[in-house]
Amino acid sequence: MTMSNLQKVLNSGAFVVTGELGPPKSAEREKIEHHGHLLGGVVDAVNLTDNQTAIVRTSSIACGKILVDMDIDPVIQITCRDRNRIAIQSDVLGAVALGIKNILCLQGDHANFGNEPAAKNVNDLDSMNLIRSLKNMRDEQVFIGGEKLEAPIDIFIGAVENPFADPFEYRAYRLAKKVEAGVDFIQTQAIFDMDRFERWMAKVRELGIHKKVPILAGVIPIKSLGAARYMKNNVSGMIVPDEIIDRIKAAENKKEEGVKLCVEMIKHLKTIEGVAGVHLMAVAWEEIVPEIVERAGLLPRPKFD
Amino acid sequence: MIVGERKPLQEIIKAVEPFEKILVLGCGECVTVCMAGGDKEAKETALAISVARKRAGKPVEVKSHTIERQCEFEYLEAGRKLIEDADVIVSLACGVGVQTMNMHYEDMRTLPGINTTFMGMPFQQGVWVENCLGCGNCVLEETMGICPIARCSKSMLNGPCGGSQDGKCEVSKETDCGWHLIVERLMKFDKLSALEEVKPPKDWSTSHSGGPRKMIREDVKL
Ligand code: SF4
Ligand code: SF4
Repeated sequence: MTMSNLQKVLNSGAFVVTGELGPPKSAEREKIEHHGHLLGGVVDAVNLTDNQTAIVRTSSIACGKILVDMDIDPVIQITCRDRNRIAIQSDVLGAVALGIKNILCLQGDHANFGNEPAAKNVNDLDSMNLIRSLKNMRDEQVFIGGEKLEAPIDIFIGAVENPFADPFEYRAYRLAKKVEAGVDFIQTQAIFDMDRFERWMAKVRELGIHKKVPILAGVIPIKSLGAARYMKNNVSGMIVPDEIIDRIKAAENKKEEGVKLCVEMIKHLKTIEGVAGVHLMAVAWEEIVPEIVERAGLLPRPKFD
Repeated sequence: MIVGERKPLQEIIKAVEPFEKILVLGCGECVTVCMAGGDKEAKETALAISVARKRAGKPVEVKSHTIERQCEFEYLEAGRKLIEDADVIVSLACGVGVQTMNMHYEDMRTLPGINTTFMGMPFQQGVWVENCLGCGNCVLEETMGICPIARCSKSMLNGPCGGSQDGKCEVSKETDCGWHLIVERLMKFDKLSALEEVKPPKDWSTSHSGGPRKMIREDVKL
């Protein structure tokens, strides 16, 4: 079976960098390609969000296919919010048929956050049993209902964990459960509260989870004071400490300060035992990614044939 | 109990516009307890319709009455005379009561006067919360008596999502995170390990997803 680029870089032991691309609220292929060009070559794989914050956008799988065509390794996100098990399993088969390997399992933000608040939230599966179901499709060639796939599929299964959600004491155990469910790699929610992240990582190491699954630490470069405040107050499951807000506020060049902060964080994360890489979420600021990866000393990216 | 909320009066008044003899029919069970459709609310609603029609220059006869339990055929006979005397019934019972009325008095129209909201409990004076979705396969034993289907906004089976903060659900700061409560209660009983097992996808066929449900018990059938 062939490996995705993400899988190869993880296996090589190199510090991984992944990026994120937010699909547009339109069908403009050029936009997706433009962002693909900015990210390709400076990151090892690119996440395609699945109607993030419940806002209707181009399908993550369609965007994933566009990246496949550009020779960029996509990580397609699949949430449990919009599709039942019939649609999800069907979409996974479709994604694999289009050359996509990395699939990230999420629960999905509730529809009341987005631009279709009257939508029915599906949640037939939850993120945990979605992971297990995909693992069963791959390892046992069996659908949830028990029927067999006609041929094996090759997927690399990811999931997210949020050290900043509550109950905090339970969060590392929840990660352990995702490993038990069958996940191959983990991405965390964006980190601003480094202290809390380190406490969570200490628990993760105590439980030995970091030896079982590579953990990519989530980072977001702050573009403006407004963006920082928005994340603090409006994004579910995020903690942005006041020091960060104050630091951006005090800076003359806010964008530069945001980049500096992000680079510092990446350099620090690199020193934490059990952090296998970073997941850089610069959605709506994709053009800054090459500079951040460069300044964090993570270029050039490893290449494999 | 079944919890409901009276429809906006304007909506009720508009719905009965074409009718001349109106009966507002309360129910003596759940909706009385949640102060949406009992005798008191039936009288108030009747009065409101009557005043509105008088103001609109189309006075009308509006009566009110309350039936002990609108969701069972045998109780519905009690009001037959008043019911048959009206052109239209505005039922303040839950959706079950409204349908029982329409089935029993099939030559009459019974309109809904309340929005049936959920199965739940009076939590505090003036506050009702949803507790059960009638999923047909109860898991309360596994979750320390707190329902993950009804009290988690995403009906998750395997623990809290990443949006749970400070005990509240990401959907609203007014809503407790059901999973936060479950985890706390598991910790209290030193049973957090119960969450280690990966629960498989739920069989929703026993819920409304399986189609309208019907229960038949041969042992009690006549
Ligand atoms: S598990 Fe099902 S039956 Fe039990 S309380 Fe929850 S919704 Fe109701
Ligand atoms: S915050 Fe809690 S109640 Fe709300 S969806 Fe997440 S787990 Fe469920």
